[in-house]
Amino acid sequence: MTEARIERTELPEPRYEFGGDDHVFVELDEAMSFDANFQAMAITQQISDRDIAGVTEICPANASYMVRFDPDSISPESMVEELKEIAAETDISEFSWETRIVTIPVLFQDPWTHETLMRFRDHHQDPDGTDLEYSAHINGFDTVEGFIDAFVGAPHMVTMVGFVPGLPWCFQMVPRNEQLEVPKYLQPRTDTPSRAVGFGGAFSVVYPVKGAGGYQLYGRTPVEVLDVDQQLPDFHDSMVFPNPGDILNYRSIDREEYNAIREEVEDGTYEFTSERVEFTPEEFFIAPHEYNEELTEVLSA
Amino acid sequence: MIDVIDGGVSTTVQDLGRFGHYHIGMPPSGAMDQFSHTVANALVGNESDAATLEMTYVGADLRFGADCVIALAGAPMPAELDGGAVPMHEAVRVEAGQKLETEFTSDGSRTYLAVSGGIDVPKVMGSRSTYTLVGIGGYEGRTLEAGDELAIGQNGANHNDIVGNSAPEENLHDFEDNGLRIVIGLCDYRLTDESRDELCEVGWTVTPEADRIGYRLDGPELEFVEREQPFGAGTNPSNVVDVGYPIGSIQLPQKPIILMCDAVTGGGYATVGTVISADRDLLAQRRTHETVRFDPVTVEEALEARQTRQEDLDAIQNSLA
Repeated sequence: MTEARIERTELPEPRYEFGGDDHVFVELDEAMSFDANFQAMAITQQISDRDIAGVTEICPANASYMVRFDPDSISPESMVEELKEIAAETDISEFSWETRIVTIPVLFQDPWTHETLMRFRDHHQDPDGTDLEYSAHINGFDTVEGFIDAFVGAPHMVTMVGFVPGLPWCFQMVPRNEQLEVPKYLQPRTDTPSRAVGFGGAFSVVYPVKGAGGYQLYGRTPVEVLDVDQQLPDFHDSMVFPNPGDILNYRSIDREEYNAIREEVEDGTYEFTSERVEFTPEEFFIAPHEYNEELTEVLSA
Repeated sequence: MIDVIDGGVSTTVQDLGRFGHYHIGMPPSGAMDQFSHTVANALVGNESDAATLEMTYVGADLRFGADCVIALAGAPMPAELDGGAVPMHEAVRVEAGQKLETEFTSDGSRTYLAVSGGIDVPKVMGSRSTYTLVGIGGYEGRTLEAGDELAIGQNGANHNDIVGNSAPEENLHDFEDNGLRIVIGLCDYRLTDESRDELCEVGWTVTPEADRIGYRLDGPELEFVEREQPFGAGTNPSNVVDVGYPIGSIQLPQKPIILMCDAVTGGGYATVGTVISADRDLLAQRRTHETVRFDPVTVEEALEARQTRQEDLDAIQNSLA
């Protein structure tokens, strides 16, 4: 394990594309990698810092980013020129950022997602199993427990927030050969419980609200990622908790602990176990497992 | 105060939208047909960011608790004020106690009701727009129902000065033309050449699943280029590593879905083009079972169309006292 490192990815020339006359979409790579994601985060951070007149939305995504602008203030061509200039000046090897590491407790194989996934068996690659059994099997694990151990065995970085308010897409902080990967449902479900923890492609997610979804379902967290009424202490500044760049550390809990946390959430008193940390891509790339251990240690301190 | 007697099919409070929060998954919301919303506001002396009622197919029945001036714009919707017909695109005096009744739109699908002073609901993240999926903004984050009470703001305009305002016919947009101009791009490389051509050659039918989130269209099955999927994208050829979706973009899970004001902000389906800003108003007026066609244009042409749209709005504004 100590030999493991994150192989650097040589990114292709970025593709600049217009979304109508008021969006620029920039694809940094077709495939997911930390290099592509950190590049997207670094560039979008720069765009935000520059406070460019006419920019109305800055949306970092997994291996791409998007900007919405008012073409009456800045022409589409000038927008692209500005983005190219920023990209040329961005070097992630010199980059580090302050972020948060947060424990996300998960009740795996919970009754609610189990009921849902059984209801949608006819939309599934493996109609006779569960989503966890299927995912364990195709990723070469003998048991569901082995798969869950791998899933919680290293933290997941929030590489994008979206779909609906507060939904984090998370990419596990391990070398490519240790990454888990699963297909999405053959047909998206029309129903998913709120707070369900799912996995699709190479991304784990927490569904903020009840609704449609196509990711494999593994469990449910008692904590909220979206608090519209901003009652919980961690939501005083924003109704959405996760931010791009946050590091989520999933922890397996039992039903008793689930109920206890849920009670605190419903009382409006629950506070995340979370610490501020400095994240340095260079150090993470060289020795990810050791680096992750250092990061997660602050949570138990 | 306005008492809601009947909320209609789907009536929500909307302004120009909620911006700056896309990165946390918050779509802009706002009026689907921003042109008509702006015209309605202009007629009653409001700024364009004042909140109006967006009424879909069948409007609301309302009783006004105070003297005010109202205007209807957008899809033609028969309406009566205490039994007297209310013309479209004209500022009309309303006295306290009068009742407005509306019926089915005869063309188009969305009608905007502006009240002098605007609908006064609390701003959430800088906007009064309703986003029903998570229940924020507008009136309690939802569509209007009988029994709701809406507050009216102040705009300082003298009612006598604005009553009778009307928008010049030649600057209004009709909903007849079924062409929607789009800029091809984003992930159109995922389509075969034949399918990319087909996208703009065939007529697409608006399905009943067409709302503020998106317009699901029906038509021929488009083909994707076969490939070994990039890491993290998922197995289906329509899947890409999840991206942010522009408003107006056409995504292709299989059949096209055009994303609208309350859309999901990102996801893993290939997007192949985006309806230009000037034509999103028109798309918002498409009715179920109608046909739309995509007309590919350059970004320069899209900017010209945006300019023309703005000139129409300016002309309407300038024609008013």
